[in-house]
Amino acid sequence: MIGKIAWKNTWFKPLNTFLSIVLLTASVSIISILILLQKQFEEKFSASMDNIDLVLGAKGSPLQLILSSVYQMDAPPGNILYTEAEAWMNKPMVESAVPLAYGDNYLGYKIVGTTDNYLKHFNLNIEQGKVFATDFEVVVGANIAQNLGLKIGDTFFGTHGDAEEGEVHDHHAYKIVGILAHSGKVADQLILSTVASVWHMHDHDHEGHAEEPHVHVEGEIHHPHEGKEITAVLLKLRNNMAKMTWPRIIPQNTEMQAASPALEVNRLFALFGVGIMALKYLAYGIMLISGISIFVALYNTLKERKYEFALLRITGATKMQLLWLVLLESIFLCVIGFILGIIFGRVGLYFISTSSQEEFKLAFDPFEFLWKEEGMLFIATLTVGIIAALIPALKAYSLNISKTLANA
Amino acid sequence: MIQTENVTFSYATTQNFKFPDLECADGETLLITGNSGTGKTTLLHLLGGLLKPTSGTITINEENILKYSNTQLDAFRGKHIGMILQKSFFIEALSVLDNVVLASWIAKGSKATNKALKILSDLGLQDHVHKLPSQLSIGQQQRVNIARALINDPSLILADEPTSSLDDENALIVAQLLSNLAKEYQSSLIVVTHDQRLKEVFNRQITLS
Repeated sequence: MIGKIAWKNTWFKPLNTFLSIVLLTASVSIISILILLQKQFEEKFSASMDNIDLVLGAKGSPLQLILSSVYQMDAPPGNILYTEAEAWMNKPMVESAVPLAYGDNYLGYKIVGTTDNYLKHFNLNIEQGKVFATDFEVVVGANIAQNLGLKIGDTFFGTHGDAEEGEVHDHHAYKIVGILAHSGKVADQLILSTVASVWHMHDHDHEGHAEEPHVHVEGEIHHPHEGKEITAVLLKLRNNMAKMTWPRIIPQNTEMQAASPALEVNRLFALFGVGIMALKYLAYGIMLISGISIFVALYNTLKERKYEFALLRITGATKMQLLWLVLLESIFLCVIGFILGIIFGRVGLYFISTSSQEEFKLAFDPFEFLWKEEGMLFIATLTVGIIAALIPALKAYSLNISKTLANA
Repeated sequence: MIQTENVTFSYATTQNFKFPDLECADGETLLITGNSGTGKTTLLHLLGGLLKPTSGTITINEENILKYSNTQLDAFRGKHIGMILQKSFFIEALSVLDNVVLASWIAKGSKATNKALKILSDLGLQDHVHKLPSQLSIGQQQRVNIARALINDPSLILADEPTSSLDDENALIVAQLLSNLAKEYQSSLIVVTHDQRLKEVFNRQITLS
């Protein structure tokens, strides 16, 4: 019954209630989005670099190299000579090496020249067909096949560079020989072929446009006659010493660098973390304001409600019941605000996921529940509510009924 | 049944009240009158256990209520005393019916919904039970107060200026109603008032000075 009174009281002043709930909902949804984003983001990033100790690539920003080669999120810093890279790939400390050659795209989806090691490295399975073996055979990612309605045996022409609107290589068509099973990794959005396919596509291309001045675009495979080039090599090493020393040795002795995904991604998280912390503080600030709003709403109505409290007391209610009544009203607000916040947070994440999937090939799962973090958030919300209601509740508790009624 | 003996009370050293002994049997009505400042409301609060006297005894149903702790007094008040106040106070967010039922829940832990409906219709409020208290007229609100005071079959009904905000006609109706209800429910009714109109209705009177 005290619960019923509290519940009815909550809705008796709809504007106050609305304000408090809106503020609570805003802060809870922002925090829950951030919690989910951060966790899933780190999970995705960590999952993709599981099998990669070092990445060989052109000198430049190591973070850019990692982002472009492991996550396909950025343009690569440049190209490296295949012969030079091969020397390191064949060293005994290397357990496996995956060369990557970028050059073309098909409707915005990157075509990556590599070996079947790529599939092993990322634990990818072929759902239909077989692995690419000869020139111009490709395996397409599950999402591409689904989005573009591609099937085995289909052919298409690649476009030069990484933009959809480029020069079309219409001398050779790529032929789809396999489709990857859905993995949730970047490969869902990739078209894989042999490294030679990428080279040959451009050999031919070059002959056709021999006289034209060649504009060097980052990430493309240029001038194959000067020596075959690739973009990067993903390395898994046997030897921890090599993991430590190669990032120093390689840039000293070659035109390449070796970057550690773990290191670079940690750096990225650290950068990212500052932003997320700032947003979290903002959200906790909003929560504080909602606490103040609850406090003001309860405190303001105390004056008119003291007769209500006196009435409850003369019908036999104890002081504790009054205390509980006021606390409960605040707790109701907090629970409603929390539930709405969690729901709106999910809706928000769904939209973020949709747009980030388009832009960065990064999808988030809005239905994941983080019991620990969101449980903590719930406790934080309740604490704010209880603290906000404490002074009004104590005032109700210590109300002098006789005096209140005598002065009525 | 209520009796008092040598009850005194002081708010501060300057303001001391010494109240005459009074007694009111079940079914009887006692009118307490007096000018402002003579301690009418203070006496009523003492009788209702809202205040504790400096000395003296207050016996309700053969029990000295002064031996109770505050919490026990809250429970005793809920079960045995019905109070009707000068102004009508309600839980504004609850319906008329819920306001009356609430009193039974607080006192006894169970909801006497049917009984509340019966008392409300006895008082002519059957059409208003689901309205909010603020939607009723003042006379109707005062009757809801009476219903709430009666819901737990109190052995003592304390009324503080129950008619002061009513017109002549309604004042008379309410006074008569209270007196009849006290007889019907076998409760002692004590009415504190300076309302001259009531002096004509009730014979037993004590005047404070």
